[in-house]
Amino acid sequence: MNAPGQPIVSLRNVGKTFESGTTALKGFNLVVGAGEFVSLLGPSGCGKSTALRIVAGLSEANEGTVEWPVGHIGFVFQEPTLMPWASVAANVRLPLKLAHADEVNSQEAVARALDRVGLVDFADAYPRELSGGMRMRSSIARALVTDPDLLLMDEPFAALDEITRFKLNNDLLAVWQELRRTVIFVTHSVFESVYLSQRIVVMTPRPGRVFAEIAIPAPYPRDERFRTSAEYAGFCRQVAEALSKAMAGGAS
Amino acid sequence: MSARALRIGLPILLLVAVLLLWDLVVRLFAIPPFVLPAPGLVLATLIADGSLLWQSLLVTLTITFKGFLLAAFGGIALAIAFNQWRLVEYSLYPYAVMLQVTPIVAVAPLLLIYLPQPLAVLACAWIVAFFPVLANTTLGLSSVDHNLIALFEIYKASRWQVLWNLKLPAALPQMLAGLRIAGGLSLIGAVVAEIAAGSAGAGSGLAYRISESGYRLNIPRMFAALLLLSLAGVAIFFALSALSYLALRRWHESAVTRER
Repeated sequence: MNAPGQPIVSLRNVGKTFESGTTALKGFNLVVGAGEFVSLLGPSGCGKSTALRIVAGLSEANEGTVEWPVGHIGFVFQEPTLMPWASVAANVRLPLKLAHADEVNSQEAVARALDRVGLVDFADAYPRELSGGMRMRSSIARALVTDPDLLLMDEPFAALDEITRFKLNNDLLAVWQELRRTVIFVTHSVFESVYLSQRIVVMTPRPGRVFAEIAIPAPYPRDERFRTSAEYAGFCRQVAEALSKAMAGGAS
Repeated sequence: MSARALRIGLPILLLVAVLLLWDLVVRLFAIPPFVLPAPGLVLATLIADGSLLWQSLLVTLTITFKGFLLAAFGGIALAIAFNQWRLVEYSLYPYAVMLQVTPIVAVAPLLLIYLPQPLAVLACAWIVAFFPVLANTTLGLSSVDHNLIALFEIYKASRWQVLWNLKLPAALPQMLAGLRIAGGLSLIGAVVAEIAAGSAGAGSGLAYRISESGYRLNIPRMFAALLLLSLAGVAIFFALSALSYLALRRWHESAVTRER
């Protein structure tokens, strides 16, 4: 694990144009320090998911330099993306299986990851038997099972109802505070980004670049009191204003 | 009455009605057995010729089973090869389609010229049965969730790990559907080849018995053999359906009862 604050990911002047001719990113800069919780916030189609996929190595930048993260990556997709034919435990275990990890260590790691997301009792259940929130928890457990240095999350809670989303927000923060691993969280929700992050990167519409970076210096742990505080409302207003300026700027 | 009772009861009721009508027509018009035997006579023939027909059934079933196994392994293996090496797919797929669309009845006589009869029959069973396995498995292997593929990529899975842990399980529902079709088709292929071999062949399968009985105007035995043949087909279908259900019941929508 890197020392806190030391850059673990840096993208400089990154550009990405797809074969279809769509330019998703242009002049995109992002430096994320070890242990940080950063959100990428922007309207849909602004290239924030593309940026995340470039960090994950799923997509290649056409321009600029990308300094690759060292160590393990965990990735959480917008959908739970579980293998329907495998139990929750087998799904969570997949990354270890692919790395040929040994049996005993794997079992312990899977049990630990399931415990972190509160799914110990559902280890033998199949994805289709679970609610949407529990499927997403399984997906997060799978991302945590390799003890990743960097956790990449691509609008993981966008498809969930509000009650479930709030609960998962809290649980994610609890996990992050315990593990203190770096998280890059993509969202289009101002409220979610303010609640979770230490820093919010506001992006312009396509081609995506960084419009503003806003620090959220509120202390952790954050809970429902923070969610209903005037301080929280103030940050939300500040971020929402930046986002509307970013969108107006992108349109002109 | 529950839906389940209706599903079982109605076909049986219909069967009884048709058999009664059949019997009535035969008696009423005094139709001779070499034109249309009464259902009772068919049953009696089935029992009287039991051991002969049973032997023939075993011969046909053995060939069907071998053809099915070859089709299953061949179809799945070829689908995997298509999926792993695009050039193999480009080279072979048109010919696989050609083999499928050419009527087997037309191909069988040719095969009988070049191959010894048992092998020719087996080849026919294989040719008709392998294409649905190939086509369905190919479709299944290539319709894997893109995000799951991305996930495997993130964890640096080898292509064999992707095949074994992702593509094959994902393709299982389509593969089983293909096998279910192939089961019935391999029986048809075997029968077609036996018929084509006809009197020229030294065969003793059920289809051979049917054409032989036809020449001898032994119509009751023809019916009895036909009955055995269709029962065998139904048994194959149910066995493969059960296999599919057992493999998919925990996770695939097709095998899971919808709760209300």
